[in-house]
Amino acid sequence: MPANAFPTSAEYLRFLPEIILTLGGVVIMLLEAVFTNDDQRKIFGPLSIVALFAALLASISAAGDPGAAFSNMLVIDGFASFFRALVIGIGVLAILGSTGYLRQERMPGGEYHALILFSILGQCVMVSANELIMIFIGLEISSIASYVLAGYLRDDPRNNESALKYFLLGSFATAFLLYGVAWIYGLTGSTNLDQIRGALQTSAAPLVMAGAAAAFMFVGFGFKISAAPFQIWAPDVYQGAPAPVSGFLSVGPKAAAFAILLRVFMTAFGPIADRWEPMVWGCALATMMVGNFAALQQSNIKRMLAYSSIAHAGYVLVAVTAHSETGSAAAMFYLAAYAFTNLGAFAVVTYFSRKGEKYVAIDDFAGLSQRQPAMAAMLTIFLLSLIGVPLTAGFFGKFYIFKAALDANLTWLTVLGLLNSAVAAYYYLRLLVVMYFKDPGDSVENLEPAGLSLQIAVYASAFGTLLLGIFPGWVLDIATKSALK
Amino acid sequence: MDALLFMIFAAIAVVCGINLVVQTHPISSALSLVGVMGALAALYLLLGGEFIAAAQLVVYAGAIMVLFIFVIMLLNAGTEARGRRSWAHYAGVPLLLLLFGLIACLITRRMPASENVVFGQFTKGGPLDIGRALFTTYLLPFEVTSVLILVAILGAIVLARKEID
Repeated sequence: MPANAFPTSAEYLRFLPEIILTLGGVVIMLLEAVFTNDDQRKIFGPLSIVALFAALLASISAAGDPGAAFSNMLVIDGFASFFRALVIGIGVLAILGSTGYLRQERMPGGEYHALILFSILGQCVMVSANELIMIFIGLEISSIASYVLAGYLRDDPRNNESALKYFLLGSFATAFLLYGVAWIYGLTGSTNLDQIRGALQTSAAPLVMAGAAAAFMFVGFGFKISAAPFQIWAPDVYQGAPAPVSGFLSVGPKAAAFAILLRVFMTAFGPIADRWEPMVWGCALATMMVGNFAALQQSNIKRMLAYSSIAHAGYVLVAVTAHSETGSAAAMFYLAAYAFTNLGAFAVVTYFSRKGEKYVAIDDFAGLSQRQPAMAAMLTIFLLSLIGVPLTAGFFGKFYIFKAALDANLTWLTVLGLLNSAVAAYYYLRLLVVMYFKDPGDSVENLEPAGLSLQIAVYASAFGTLLLGIFPGWVLDIATKSALK
Repeated sequence: MDALLFMIFAAIAVVCGINLVVQTHPISSALSLVGVMGALAALYLLLGGEFIAAAQLVVYAGAIMVLFIFVIMLLNAGTEARGRRSWAHYAGVPLLLLLFGLIACLITRRMPASENVVFGQFTKGGPLDIGRALFTTYLLPFEVTSVLILVAILGAIVLARKEID
């Protein structure tokens, strides 16, 4: 029997955030069965936020003692800790943003919160995994929870369509990922990322086959980050899913998928970087173009934000193409900036669309600034950050990414990316114009003030967006310290 | 001998796989799937994966297929109605063949002959070795899989619950 058969207490401490999240989810499931009236069920939201904060503390303390855990299945380095904290923070904002929505749509709360916690658990496993098997299991936990969340309002046909499309296409993409894993195992005899790297560096294994395996795995990851040409699902799913869930899906699973994309391609496939770089280059460009040009034609705000989310995935792919330390740090910063911005934007959309999500057309936002000036101002901040205007998080995100791309001699990709972000400004500004300069229609007539938890979510996101935009240094420092080499 | 058996079972798996897709009645498709799984079990056995072969038969060909067929019967699913075929229908087959051709070319051209599978070389596929790996090195994935199953159950309950109150 191997000596390391029994995990040490240090290894359990490194895995503590995941344990806390699992316990939180299970406790909520049990309480759901015990609690019968609505007043008791109000506890689920605060309870899951407590669980998330406990997990956040655990992951911060785990960051102080980096190392591997459970026979190298996990590696808790700075990179893993950064993304763990990010997805847990996303979870807190997502839950704050959905409390009012749950009440308004009379959705049962127990399973919803349990699913969010499990989804974040899966993302935490993904970002700290050092083994393709762990990556797959984490990805599946996160994905299955996401599929169900997308169809949570069972009686709404839009939700059904969204969940079914997400599930079928997602399973198909996962099959590609597994096929790639099988190839890599056949080539190198290992599923451990460090060992794969070692095998690809030294052995005479045919590198063209390793490149093909990397391409298969990129299909799987590319689906999760909605990179073109695997982006078809995103608009339909984001449009059909409940608005707070769309917000969560557009940042949480995406950030985790980018984390493993970076880790797998920079660690395991690092030695064959010159083979996959052209592929990711093309994908990054296609993703930016498809996202931005399709977003121009949308009349539904959720669809527009979905295409915008595709375009932003393209910008992060530019950083992945650079596959340098600065590129990795830039991607980390961008994902954090994008998380605050997009969660905030979706929280405002959640608030504005009201019961049954009646008001989701862009024209419905006419005159919002006169009825709800505070909310309109917050949405303005988020849109400016999505454009990348200075003093918002989006500006420094784009700045670092294009700087990293220039450092890696990706001049053409940088130029095309900058042109793309100029195109993007048009559709974000159009929404601002509608909001501020059009006469209010009847859609804003009976708009009630937002609930407390939604307001907290919106203001916290706006605070984060501005904080990263005015003082980007401290997050960038953390990202640079913990970036992949 | 081993190579011949491999060819036979591989052919069965591929033919059943194609049949699974082209059949219009769900029961016929399900029965083809049994054929695929049985043939795969034989392939695993040839490669030395005794435990996997047994699990494949017991779990997939046995338990899961029975569930499949129960569900098909409960839903009383009839023959699938075929709608108008889109261009994707016609483009799909040649593109798939192209992909398989590329993969086959890659494997036959680029894979060094020394890396070929030797039947009987791998001997660690028994329950003892699997169990040891599962509870030492792969303890964490094994345990975390239980959360995956829990999430799947929770999801099924959410989507199939009788009414939302």
